Amino acid sequence: MTPAARHHLHVVRPGALTTVQDAGRPGRAHLGVGRAGALDAPAARLANRLVGNPPDAAVLETTLTGCAVRPDRPVVAVVGGAGCRVTVDGRPVAWGAPVRVPAGAVLDAGPAGTGLRSYLAFAGGLVPDPVLGSRSADLLSGLGPAPLSEGDELPLGDPASGGPPPHAGPVPWPGAPAELVLPVHPGPRHDWFTEAALRTLLTAAYRVSPHSNRIGLRTEGPPLERSRTEELPSEGMVLGAIQVPPDGRPVVFLNDHPTTGGYPVVGVVPERALAAAAQAVPGTRLRFVRA
Amino acid sequence: MTGPGELRVLPAGPHALLVELADGEHAEAFHAELLRRRERGGLPAVRDIVPAARTVLLDGIAERTPGARDRLARELASWRVEPLRRESVEPVEVPVVYDGPDLDEVAAFWGVGADGVAALHSRTAFRVAFCGFAPGFGYLTGLPERLHVPRRTTPRTRVPAGAVALAGPYTGVYPRPSPGGWQIVGRTPDPGALWDPGREPAALLVPGTPVRFVPVGAGKAATLPTPRADGDRVDT
Repeated sequence: MTPAARHHLHVVRPGALTTVQDAGRPGRAHLGVGRAGALDAPAARLANRLVGNPPDAAVLETTLTGCAVRPDRPVVAVVGGAGCRVTVDGRPVAWGAPVRVPAGAVLDAGPAGTGLRSYLAFAGGLVPDPVLGSRSADLLSGLGPAPLSEGDELPLGDPASGGPPPHAGPVPWPGAPAELVLPVHPGPRHDWFTEAALRTLLTAAYRVSPHSNRIGLRTEGPPLERSRTEELPSEGMVLGAIQVPPDGRPVVFLNDHPTTGGYPVVGVVPERALAAAAQAVPGTRLRFVRA
Repeated sequence: MTGPGELRVLPAGPHALLVELADGEHAEAFHAELLRRRERGGLPAVRDIVPAARTVLLDGIAERTPGARDRLARELASWRVEPLRRESVEPVEVPVVYDGPDLDEVAAFWGVGADGVAALHSRTAFRVAFCGFAPGFGYLTGLPERLHVPRRTTPRTRVPAGAVALAGPYTGVYPRPSPGGWQIVGRTPDPGALWDPGREPAALLVPGTPVRFVPVGAGKAATLPTPRADGDRVDT
């Protein structure tokens, strides 16, 4: 059980879509429960490390427009992931490094200048009640805390007694990709596509579609033609699966993907390549290459 | 095509294998065998074992040594899948009020009266073949082929939690409100008993569970706890 949190973050500006995320709830796909968790997992882990949290403490994940929160106790925070202007009560502070936010002051992570998703980590972490072992919001299945709304109060955990580690100078944060290159391993149904379609996948210029979300990175580009057109009975889907719906445009499954699906999977992008996919803004050039 | 009892092991990225069986019955048997071997410690570390219509996915295969996935693939391909053992486990009983909006349509497909739907459905020995679509939604098999019904031509935008519905070879109980295209024949009065994320295990109907539906009168259902509204979030 979580002890009753005494302190909270007050949500001043929720942004376009801000969710609580941790390392997710892997291992329950057989119950229809997806993994969820921070899309740019390395960024969330690094932000946690810089405030002295365990790597899987719950953080905020913003989308494009950032967010603003007001803690009711002094807290050390880091804004990382997508680069953005960070202010405390309107005064510029460091992005990507620990900052002290006084009680009652507003920490504002501005719109992403590069990339898409910023991560806000707070010493002590966020501690809404976990659901099935995780505090992550899963937007497909509706598990975990709802996306932030103005006026929400989010319970703030107690920081570790040692406090944050001394900041050891600049930390390398990967920038958002100008071009997204995703390596592809063979998927279980690659033989449901024509030879020409497989060549197209690995040679054509795609773009990241604005319809992308936490469920999948949707693409714009030449459709992939199937050699087998019958219906595929539902089968288990992995993170990074490149599913091809009837319109032929590949969708790369991200953390909130369904656990089973009925469209053929032509390939699989390895997990370590998906952090870059999480930061690719709509319109970004995208190439799939043989892993 | 794979013949009866045969299987194909397909790659699903660097850490996963999709095992394809001849049909749903063989997939269930293979899944049961995987669980038995894992229980005995006779399977390498695998994070997820996900059965589906005629496949079983093994995901998160630990690469303690290089080539672990390919060795497991070769091992799985060599398995002889025994037919599913009908284990003498008491079925989970799910109470149903058979008063769904598609009852007459299903009755017409089956060539019986509305009472006949309740009788045939509740007499069937179901088993959870797999879960998916939504957390805690089990695909229950067991209906003979002549009782398989098509999906509705127009899906409903909102199916209430607890709806007991049919499509193709499957029966399911909606754990929470969601869109859906299955034929609704009834409702279970307490859907919270089937899926409760505050409980471990959260799902009552996990793959392999035998299930029977027990008809209850609408009068009796009124005295049962009403469906809870707390899962009332639809995001798709």
